[in-house]
Amino acid sequence: MDYTPHTEEEIQAMLERVGAGSLEDLYRHLPKEVLNPEIALPEPLPEWAVLEELKRLAGKNQPAFKAFLGGGVRSHHTPPVVQALASRGEFLTAYTPYQPEVSQGVLQATFEYQTMVAELAGLEVANASMYDGATALAEGVLLALRETGRMRVLVSQGVHPEYREVLRSYLEAVGAELLTLPLERGRTPIREIPEGTGAVVAQNPNYLGALEDLAPLAEAAHRAGALFVAVADPLSLGVLEPPGAYGADIAVGDGQVLGLPMGFGGPHFGYLATRKAFVRQMPGRLVSETVDAEGKRGYILTLQAREQYIRRAKAKSNITTNAQLTALMGAMYLAALGPLGLKEVALKSVAMAHRLWELLLEIPGVEPFTPKPFFNEFVLRLPKEPEAVREALAARGFHAATPVPKEYGENLALFAATELHREEDLLALQAAMREVLA
Amino acid sequence: MSYPLIFERSRPGRRGLKLVEVVLEASRYIPEKFLRKNPPRLPEVDELTLVRHYTGLSRRQVGVDTTFYPLGSCTMKYNPKLHEEAARLFADLHPYQDPRTVQGALELMWQLSEYLKALTGMDAITLEPAAGAHGELTGILIIRAYHQDRGEGKVRRVVLVPDSAHGSNPATASMAGYQVREVPSGPDGEVDLEALKRELGSHVAAIMLTNPNTLGLFERRILEISRLSKEAGVQLYYDGANLNAIMGWARPGDMGFDVVHLNLHKTFTVPHGGGGPGSGPVGVKAHLAPYLPVPTVEKGEEGFYLNFDLPKSIGRVRSFYGNFLALVRAWAYIRTLGLKGLKKAAALSVLNARYLKELLKEKGYRIPYDGPCMHEFVAQPPQGFRTLDLAKGLLEMGFHPPTVYFPLIVKEAMMVEPTETEAKETLEAFAEALGELLQKPKEWLEGAPYTTPVRRLDEVRANKYPKLTFFDRE
Repeated sequence: MDYTPHTEEEIQAMLERVGAGSLEDLYRHLPKEVLNPEIALPEPLPEWAVLEELKRLAGKNQPAFKAFLGGGVRSHHTPPVVQALASRGEFLTAYTPYQPEVSQGVLQATFEYQTMVAELAGLEVANASMYDGATALAEGVLLALRETGRMRVLVSQGVHPEYREVLRSYLEAVGAELLTLPLERGRTPIREIPEGTGAVVAQNPNYLGALEDLAPLAEAAHRAGALFVAVADPLSLGVLEPPGAYGADIAVGDGQVLGLPMGFGGPHFGYLATRKAFVRQMPGRLVSETVDAEGKRGYILTLQAREQYIRRAKAKSNITTNAQLTALMGAMYLAALGPLGLKEVALKSVAMAHRLWELLLEIPGVEPFTPKPFFNEFVLRLPKEPEAVREALAARGFHAATPVPKEYGENLALFAATELHREEDLLALQAAMREVLA
Repeated sequence: MSYPLIFERSRPGRRGLKLVEVVLEASRYIPEKFLRKNPPRLPEVDELTLVRHYTGLSRRQVGVDTTFYPLGSCTMKYNPKLHEEAARLFADLHPYQDPRTVQGALELMWQLSEYLKALTGMDAITLEPAAGAHGELTGILIIRAYHQDRGEGKVRRVVLVPDSAHGSNPATASMAGYQVREVPSGPDGEVDLEALKRELGSHVAAIMLTNPNTLGLFERRILEISRLSKEAGVQLYYDGANLNAIMGWARPGDMGFDVVHLNLHKTFTVPHGGGGPGSGPVGVKAHLAPYLPVPTVEKGEEGFYLNFDLPKSIGRVRSFYGNFLALVRAWAYIRTLGLKGLKKAAALSVLNARYLKELLKEKGYRIPYDGPCMHEFVAQPPQGFRTLDLAKGLLEMGFHPPTVYFPLIVKEAMMVEPTETEAKETLEAFAEALGELLQKPKEWLEGAPYTTPVRRLDEVRANKYPKLTFFDRE
């Protein structure tokens, strides 16, 4: 099976028309040395056998539905209505909307997405999406450096460690300096901002789950002539004060928590919101409202002079393909829930996380690490290696205790709860933890 | 009448999905100062309104599922429905769950790595990059790390790209801190070897090439190019956007390329989704393997594992392990076709392009570089016609136009890539439509399209006074 429609007769007729004797003939101008290499690939399979093999592989996994794992990805409910709408072939199989007259579906949906993200972030504009939260952060920081013309970045240790690693890779590429501001008792301290800093970055809730009052840090950043970049879980913004309200110039984050399948880490989408004043330095695609030849409202990609296919070496970023469909799913989720529904989901996860925190701290040897107040994730110090605890829990059917990198301390594990958890789920995890830690 | 925005369908107090039974008081857990003072102005709609809204939007959108979509360099081939079901089998895996409980996922990644290495002729691979341009950045950072490690990082400051290259190539080189130099194409549309020789030297880090190039032509002197770059200590980078033409027939690794990125959303049928998510794995030759981003997927004695222990790694380029569900789709495609099927698909993509090129020549379109084209070709309309108008005319005729005004080295370019999944009669109907358009009055062409959801849009206004959100009142 190869999905090609050609009959043998058609192939012959077409070959004749182009003056070739065979399909091999189409390649005869390639250097002989490279033509027809030996390639070892498995034999083709019929459709049912491909599925059978995939199910065999999937059977070797233990699905982590209702996982208590956190750290940027959580097990949330994916509404079937979102899945169904996002599966429509028109959305699924379109390219980037370069021909707006026949791409109003993607363009308008993206305009709506930009609006929702800007609302959540409490900022004026958002782009059409980035690959993920980590690359959104890296691009957000590069935007800040372009705006300020500086090459130094101060990042709080409270920012997700993988995001900081990606940031480091991107900054090294352009030769910018990355300084880390260590956490103090689980929170970002307010320090004097080093001279020449173009961007100050912190996360709220931070990687340990703690709520941070970032307004003073944002003020300090501004006093030093730097921009303030906030990393924020978009679900939390249904409840928490948005980055724009505490002084962030740029807000970024990962959209998985808006009902996207975890998918072993991707694809999700990254969001990037900022002030309208910075829009011409923004990376990625932007959709604007405009009118057509008859004065009818329509949507179109705009400010494309920022982008690689127009600007080439002078582009603001090389980003081309982003994460449009998954961003669309995020927008559909937000529209399906509305402001109240979003708040309810966020609050239930907060409530369940606090209940779980109480239950797990009843276990001898378990100590709190994340300071209160926290949101829907928290870190505990365990009396055993977290990897071993995670393994023993998995053997009992529980996915919990994300190992926290040693830079934060020894034997630390991250826990999360979501709207999917009931009291009995929490009690069951508590019982399993007691066994594992006994 | 304009199609309503979801915000215009909103009614205060209307509810859609309710996922939580008991409503809780936030202040029980969170101090007041952290709480949002004003709720986000998200739409308030019921589920049916939501369904009608997005279903209506989808009907204002074309995709491969609805329309012939011959966008050059984008490989808009059919995306099998099987792959969507395949992806759902792996939806519930968390990136931080115990590795022993994701052995199937890791095995799939490992197998796909082996298939892609075999198809490209490379020694090692990363599946982490999330798109083609992301793969480019990863590849160039690997090259950069390699030169730095050899003490040549400070002198090798230039990346060469042909003038026909995708815009992402020079943009990537800039992002990685390099200066970009353009190498002109020769009269045959291939890289001008003499010009390349003049540019090569110990100040050059890499050459980025697409082969077949953006004119759809195979760079026949590729072995000479790779010999010259090797002699100059320059790394040869393969932009895999056009791999569809040669998959199974020839491998970048055998041509002397050191780094390759693939676009799984082009060659390997991952749906484009209106602009992503894609996937851009990067393959490298053995000498570059130590610099791959972490983690890599390895097969050990006790099963598959993620390897973070690469001391010379460029670090991470994305969180977690890449766009995993895209990898599942690519895996399903390769297993369905096998080598024979992949070679047939490639050959038919070439045959479709050559056939369509002949049909268009017959209709009066010009082919500025009329060599033996591979999976795509670049045409020009007859004198006096504007490509933009013909593209808009095609919309009126029910086709998605080709890529227009690219590559930059061809005036009024139309870059046509039909792909192998299109039938002979579709190509013929498309050629007929392009022929008919040449018979239309000039005013008709300049006014097209007429019956699409909207007509030509005011781009200047959008650039001058961008309105980027519903609440933006400027």
